[in-house]
Amino acid sequence: MSDKIKKKLKLKVSAISEGTVIDHIPSENLFKVISILELDKTTNMITFGANLDSEQQGSKAIIKVSNQFFANDDINRIALIAPNAKLNIIRDYEVVEKKVVEVPDQVIGIVKCFNPKCITNNEDVLTSFKVTSKSPLALKCKYCEKITHQHQMVIK
Amino acid sequence: MKKDLISITDYSKEEYLRIMELAADFEQNPNQKLLEGKVVASLFFEPSTRTRLSFETAINRLGGRIIGFSDSNSSSVTKGETLHDTIRMVSNYADLIVMRHPLEGSARYASEVSSVPIINAGDGANQHPTQTLLDMYSIMKTQGRLDNINIFMVGDLKYGRTVHSLLMALSQFENPIFNFIAPDELQMPEEYKIYLREKGIRFFEHREFTDIISEADIVYMTRVQKERFSDPIEYEQVKNVYILRNSMLANTKPNMRILHPLPRVNEIHTDVDKNEKAYYFDQALNGVFAREAIIAHTLSLK
Ligand SMILES: [Zn+2]
Repeated sequence: MSDKIKKKLKLKVSAISEGTVIDHIPSENLFKVISILELDKTTNMITFGANLDSEQQGSKAIIKVSNQFFANDDINRIALIAPNAKLNIIRDYEVVEKKVVEVPDQVIGIVKCFNPKCITNNEDVLTSFKVTSKSPLALKCKYCEKITHQHQMVIK
Repeated sequence: MKKDLISITDYSKEEYLRIMELAADFEQNPNQKLLEGKVVASLFFEPSTRTRLSFETAINRLGGRIIGFSDSNSSSVTKGETLHDTIRMVSNYADLIVMRHPLEGSARYASEVSSVPIINAGDGANQHPTQTLLDMYSIMKTQGRLDNINIFMVGDLKYGRTVHSLLMALSQFENPIFNFIAPDELQMPEEYKIYLREKGIRFFEHREFTDIISEADIVYMTRVQKERFSDPIEYEQVKNVYILRNSMLANTKPNMRILHPLPRVNEIHTDVDKNEKAYYFDQALNGVFAREAIIAHTLSLK
């Protein structure tokens, strides 16, 4: 790849001086990630790009948030919809730390229970699951005790 | 912290044994005014006369007062009130809530909303822990132990919540042996077999219901329900295969007893009823003592 193209790629999403870059988000889940991380409520400067070419996954999205850093517990909440996401922590324009997301042991909200007879699908109840398997994903509902498997997962 | 009973796994082995001990005590002396001055809410969002009468008898024998409703038609639920709001209101009035609800997980949710303990009297197809405790009490009474029980579970093992809960509870005791007899469509779900394998507990699966029950301490019968079958022809084929008849009991052990959560359809032939090994009617009576025990334990009255 020529330096010119590299430079062009970099410019697609502008650089930040302090903050977090979240890369390798599946394009179709960009707005879900924004909502889960509550970036739609922040006053920090955010830039994002979607439908960028990715060697790994075809089309990816990237988010850059200035002056914001995430606790692991918070960032792991996106693991269900962006399992390959990578975080770069930026200080003074330099990447000082890289993080990958990990499926948490417990999932609160985000996912719907697959069981139509579950109370969480019939009344306004926040879902809560124990992760019984990380790959393939299996989530045991705290309420109806049924297991929602990866292929049944619907993001709220 | 309040002590709810939502799922059978909410109790430890020590608590199971404590309930057995208390139930035996209530059987000796059923009328003990431990609930004097207390109000118990009995909220049946779907009708279940059998379970409700058993609970309300237990509450009455303990000297408690009952408020509530026996189906959602006679309650505010028909006016569209949420479970959340009903439970919030009732937990202000009562010292304890007994509830049955058609939605799965409703009892767990209610326990989070309520300031007083909840006893789950059935949440849809999910849990019915007081049935399991009365089953255990019936086993304890007839066998004198909960360890080393060889149990045959027969019929609908796929959707039958009572067999799942009993399996979980008996797995806490020494050396149980499980035998499953069910048609292909209604086999014990894989997750329970995985659980038994992980705990190193022996289990055997059978398709045919024959004199293999000669090894049994307990034969636990369940209903095979028509609506469980996607193919009605399949139901017609199996509905008469899993019927227990008196002639099948000839070679069974003298201590063997037959349990059934009731009501039965045709899975136990009426010619079994007179056999001393038929225990299902006594089992129902044990429900009152088991429920007195559960209430006393929940409110730390004993
Ligand atoms: Zn559920």
